[in-house]
Amino acid sequence: MSAASLVAELVAAFRAEGRIVIVGASLAGLRAAEALRERGFRGKLTVIGDEPHEPYDRPPLSKQVLEGWVHPDHTRLPRRRAVNADWRLGVAATGLDRVNRQVLLANGDKVDYDRLLIATGVRARPWINPREAALEGVFTVRTCDDATRLQAALHAGPRRVLIIGSGFIGSEMASVCCKLGLPVTVTERADGPLVGALGGVIGDIAARMQRDAGVDLRTGVAVEALEADDGGHVRQARLSDGATLDVDVVVASLGSIRNVEWLEGAGLASGFWGVGCDAGCRAFDINGVVTDNIFVAGDIARAPHVLYEYQFISMEHWDNAVSGAQVAANNMINLETERCPHLPLPMFWSAQFGVNIKGVGVCSFGDEIVFTQGSPCERRFAAAYGRQGRIVGAVTFDHGKWLDYYSALIERSAPFPPPPPGYDQPAGATPIPARFPDPRVPTEIPTVVLTGHDPTTRGAEFRRRS
Amino acid sequence: MTVETAWAEAMTYDNRADPYPFFAELRKTPVVQVADNLYVVTGYRELLALAHDPRISSDVRRSPLAAHLAGDAEPPAGVEDLQAHGGRQPSIIVSDPPNHDRARRQVMRHFGPPHSPDLIPSMEPGIVGLCNKLLDDIKARESTRFDVVDDYAYPVPVTMICKILGVPRADEPTFHVWIRDLLTGLDLGPDAATDEGRARAAKGRAAGAALRHYLAELIEQYRHQPGDGLLSDLVNDTEGPDGPMSPQEAVSNAQLLLVAGHDSTVNTISNCVMTLLRNPGSFELLRQRPELIPRAIEEVQRLQSAVQFFPSRSATDDIEIADTVIPKGAAVHLMYSAANRDPTRFANPDQYDPERPDNEHVGWGSGIHTCIGGPLARLEVNLTLETFLRRVQSPRLVDDPPPYRRSHIFRGPLHLMIDVDHITD
Amino acid sequence: MRIVVDLNKCLGYAQCVPLAPDVLKLLGDEALAYDPNPDESQRQRVLRAAAACPVQAIIVETYTPAEGDPM
Repeated sequence: MSAASLVAELVAAFRAEGRIVIVGASLAGLRAAEALRERGFRGKLTVIGDEPHEPYDRPPLSKQVLEGWVHPDHTRLPRRRAVNADWRLGVAATGLDRVNRQVLLANGDKVDYDRLLIATGVRARPWINPREAALEGVFTVRTCDDATRLQAALHAGPRRVLIIGSGFIGSEMASVCCKLGLPVTVTERADGPLVGALGGVIGDIAARMQRDAGVDLRTGVAVEALEADDGGHVRQARLSDGATLDVDVVVASLGSIRNVEWLEGAGLASGFWGVGCDAGCRAFDINGVVTDNIFVAGDIARAPHVLYEYQFISMEHWDNAVSGAQVAANNMINLETERCPHLPLPMFWSAQFGVNIKGVGVCSFGDEIVFTQGSPCERRFAAAYGRQGRIVGAVTFDHGKWLDYYSALIERSAPFPPPPPGYDQPAGATPIPARFPDPRVPTEIPTVVLTGHDPTTRGAEFRRRS
Repeated sequence: MTVETAWAEAMTYDNRADPYPFFAELRKTPVVQVADNLYVVTGYRELLALAHDPRISSDVRRSPLAAHLAGDAEPPAGVEDLQAHGGRQPSIIVSDPPNHDRARRQVMRHFGPPHSPDLIPSMEPGIVGLCNKLLDDIKARESTRFDVVDDYAYPVPVTMICKILGVPRADEPTFHVWIRDLLTGLDLGPDAATDEGRARAAKGRAAGAALRHYLAELIEQYRHQPGDGLLSDLVNDTEGPDGPMSPQEAVSNAQLLLVAGHDSTVNTISNCVMTLLRNPGSFELLRQRPELIPRAIEEVQRLQSAVQFFPSRSATDDIEIADTVIPKGAAVHLMYSAANRDPTRFANPDQYDPERPDNEHVGWGSGIHTCIGGPLARLEVNLTLETFLRRVQSPRLVDDPPPYRRSHIFRGPLHLMIDVDHITD
Repeated sequence: MRIVVDLNKCLGYAQCVPLAPDVLKLLGDEALAYDPNPDESQRQRVLRAAAACPVQAIIVETYTPAEGDPM
């Protein structure tokens, strides 16, 4: 038997009888399971998830669910095919034994694998003071249980809602509060909303948008303390500028924490920004050596990207979970020559205050911005981000139908600023500094971050400003 | 075959029933110059790129074909004092942002979401009722042969667009002829250079002028006495963020919505019936699995795009694409019908497959000029086809290919005669 | 039934909204909101809307797990 036919036989045997374990039962985990079956994996498949729910979609939680239009139970993800898996839901993975190829579960069970997919995603970053975070009326939003509780609290008619942090999700929730007619205050340590992802120039526009909608937006301000009534329900917030607010609902919207703790001691390149992996979704170990049997997909994956100087990129984006899962699934059951890369152009969207915000690329990789189409003051425009004479990102406000044009420019690293459009050019369309905050200044954590060149780097940490 | 020949053959009436081999020939160069100052785009990816490129203008006044496309004739005598008639303004399809965006928002306010989300859905019972009445009428004639175009496809959309716009249905016989002549006269192919072609063009110009005059009078009337419908709302809207539309602009958009609002839908319905009957088993499949109907309609639109292209675009800058440089100022035709059969995007592109995955065809356009009436048209086509499938028994094509209408832009059968066993209740 | 809209692909064409108005809504000029688990009675309307999407962003379930069974 030739080596080639022996290898082919091994692949066939793995596809028929191998054991694959997926840790994480959300979007990436589900789509990976479907893709494995789609691509011919017939062996034992186990999907482990810490939440008791079957896979559901999260983006509606901060929008139509909070608004009360869609019930929190009504975001279960559509299935593309039967996956015939052993679903271990409601039990968290607590450890990984790479030597014996076992995932350890909170209930003491051990699950054997031949190949493992890490898709444990992220969780909401809680309010920094644990005692205050535990008060009645203090929320974060990541799970459907979170959304159920917060939705009920909003619909109970609070005197005022305080949202701490004005990233995309915080801003979306402020928008929902306005729609529900609730008085809402947003505090942001940085100069304006969305600045971590889009910079200060766009942050100024977002700030005007919030204030026009009636949001009490306070920038450059931190929340010092949350105070409760005798019943342990939050009633007041004290701000760093000395102001106090009477509030009944507080939502901490400070970004997320990667669920990597269960990998402690496993010797993988896991840390603050997730689990380092190559462009083919294979995990790196702590020495930067690529593993053979462990793959990573979704919010927790951190992979080098050709468009961004091969820096590792970490992105909490919906399509990154879907496409990463498909690539990981493919690469888990194929040999080298059939493997494919996962090099998505990052894309994101947010709907807030009646405006559709869409973006492409890594805007924060840029240091300049130019408005290219439309009218910034009417909040209908396209803008491009540049760095050293090339375009690296773009954002649109209610101009999404033009986004594909910018995607194509970014994909081929076209010159910045891009050529002027033939019409509807904004006044004074020249590049200006994009005003991204100093990375050392704590702000909400953007959903897409370049995290350096070293697969094991632990990168920045979120520390409270003293 | 030279590209010039392929382009001429694709445009000539003799090949209207099947221009596709000539599009395939042109597609060997996805972006290709076919005449002085004229580039045609037949590759799917290239078309998508250019449909989203802000250096491609749709403002027909910037196109080197402007004079040819304007279709202007002397206005009828006695209209000089009619405000809505003077100072012609472009409609949304032939204008660029920001005017395009503003005008499209003004129209959408009275036509669809977010401001008027219920208008189109509310048409459903009326459409189904009309479809049934038409089949009842055919049945009452006790003939087993009828024309899908005139007897079934045409009355549905024309009735609905009249109702939506506030155009009196009773005037239909008059404007029907104008629209037919207008579209027949708009010819960019070799037939235009013949004596008959010139006569058709002249007749088209006169018809266009008459149609504009008619709509100008109607809008003038609504300005003084508001009534029901989009046209009245458009010129009397004082609450919207963009205010009322000027009467001149309203006339141009009224013409666009009236023509596009039914003519292309008629073609799409006829194309659907024709395609189902051409492909054995397809009619029965959709009967058994009505959940496939919406995708089948999109597949027909991919194969037989009711609007094959729209000739208003031009380049505002030199644009390099697919090894071609389109020079600044050149006319650019995005050939939806050709891109929809690009074999590098659609497997077996000439075959009808109602279950085709990932069918991102461009039969309704792409980018900001995507068909504004698409949702209404789709509702009409879905309901028309559902009713047809349910009631018409064993339909067969009498002629294949059927006779075609003259236009190479708005392409569809002139008549589509079918034989049936019977029509059920 | 279950659906999910890939809002990265969605460009706000809104061709879908009037075809399933109880399931899909437009917020402002361009942002789409939807009910991810609409009532079964909406199925044909949802299929019309999904077919209409120019960028095929509306993903409709093609497999329905039995109640309480996440297989």
